[in-house]
Amino acid sequence: MPRYLSLVQIDEATAPAEGPSPELMQRMGELIEEITKAGVMLDTAGLTPTAQGMRVHWQDGKLSVTDGPFTESKEIVGGYAIMQCKDKAEALEWTKRFLKVHEEHWTVTCEVREIAEG
Amino acid sequence: MTRQPTSDSAPGQALRQTVETVFRLESPRIIAAVTRTVRDIGIAEELAQDALVAALEQWPRDGVPDNPGAWLMATAKHRAIDLIRRRETYAGKLAEIGRSLETTAPPVEPSAPDDIDDDLLRLVFTACHPVLSAEARIALTLRLLGGLTTPEIARAFLVPEATVAQRIVRAKRTLATKDVAFEVPYGPEREARLGSVLEVIYLIFNEGYAATAGDDLLRPALCEDALRLARVLSGLMPKEPEVHALTALLELQASRSSARTGPTGEPVLLKDQNRSRWNRMLIARGFTALARAEAAGATTTTSGPGPYALQAAIAACHAHAHSYDDTDWPRIAALYAALAVRSPSPVVELNRAVAVSMAEGPAPALRIIDTLTTEPALRDYHLLPSVRADLLLRLGCKKEARAEFLRAAELTQNERERDLLRARAQECAP
Repeated sequence: MPRYLSLVQIDEATAPAEGPSPELMQRMGELIEEITKAGVMLDTAGLTPTAQGMRVHWQDGKLSVTDGPFTESKEIVGGYAIMQCKDKAEALEWTKRFLKVHEEHWTVTCEVREIAEG
Repeated sequence: MTRQPTSDSAPGQALRQTVETVFRLESPRIIAAVTRTVRDIGIAEELAQDALVAALEQWPRDGVPDNPGAWLMATAKHRAIDLIRRRETYAGKLAEIGRSLETTAPPVEPSAPDDIDDDLLRLVFTACHPVLSAEARIALTLRLLGGLTTPEIARAFLVPEATVAQRIVRAKRTLATKDVAFEVPYGPEREARLGSVLEVIYLIFNEGYAATAGDDLLRPALCEDALRLARVLSGLMPKEPEVHALTALLELQASRSSARTGPTGEPVLLKDQNRSRWNRMLIARGFTALARAEAAGATTTTSGPGPYALQAAIAACHAHAHSYDDTDWPRIAALYAALAVRSPSPVVELNRAVAVSMAEGPAPALRIIDTLTTEPALRDYHLLPSVRADLLLRLGCKKEARAEFLRAAELTQNERERDLLRARAQECAP
């Protein structure tokens, strides 16, 4: 049963400034509980805004550090989930359910990647 | 007029996969809820299958419903009600349910989460009922709760498909003829019944764990199936210390899986494992589950930690150690001593002897081992002479050690292990 990392990407520019609505938080909480009780969710969390982040870059043998926010990136990682699923189809099903709890004004992309074992 | 995608076109394929995936995820809850209505697991499973067939017919035409799980649940429940109405053979009690439901609208929303959890728990206890053989419990649990197909179970346990199919049919018949109540046991029976549930999950895990890397990944995958079942059970029974303890034990055992085999698939012993390959996330989850077990145990009035809590604590000691020599052997020896009191077995004693040899030296360990040599259960167990040989070698008795290594080589079923034991016997030559 492979493990999948779902990188939840949002557009910081268009995401609601006040953050998720209480209703969304409630629906999200219930869904995460459901995925956890199904024995699927291993870990999940949201990330603080990129304004508090940094990027450390290595190129041509030199290091450079850029403080956030990362305004040049359209979509940034706003959270993640690690799920253990029977197959890709199951990971897709849970991901669809995760996206469906959002209101229509949200634009969210989940990049789902299998974690390499061994 | 639009043309329907045929079932083997790409969109048809994707849709079919969606339906099957949703069904696999939802079927335990559907079977559990329907069983409460029809009181028969076999019939409930057929009705769930009917709902799957209906979805395969309707979703390509009408699109996937917003809440596919609720759709399947409602469809299966409808069919259950229809069946009860049609069945004249059913007792008046069931006919009454049918009549009372005629006047009420069919459920569209899923029941309250707690109801579903209760139904699921009833299904767990029914599938693991002691009237069934261990094999039957395992097959039924994997099929009804683990979402495995009969061919998958057959391959994982290296038995013919027909055998598994027959086991499942017989198990359902036994539950029906013995009139096994669809309920969660309370009172004095509860502990024994829970023991049976935990044992089923533990046996499934071990089947996968004992299967070292082979061509068929379904066998090692059983570890994950068991782990998922354990995690689900932890969610359903948060107050039971031994449920959390079993989850902890399996999380910690699974954390070592990629370090347990070498480049060519040969088994790597604990002391030789590359610990940087242990999965830290699973170790952390194991520690969390063990802490939950301890917290739950503190509020119940049982006599100290149970057998799974003790085994999980031993696994946690290994997980905490940066190397084999860093291991807290005195604590592990003490935990094995406690386990030997809680659930005595020759294998527990053998493991205790190994821990004692690390904590106190080979002599006291050999005294434990020598009480086991007449144990019928260990008569053909190669690890007994192999451990004894090790101890004798550490005590400088080369000749006796050599004989024991050769005896262990005779007993093992594993070619690689035999080579290793013979090589070690060679080293003892004067």
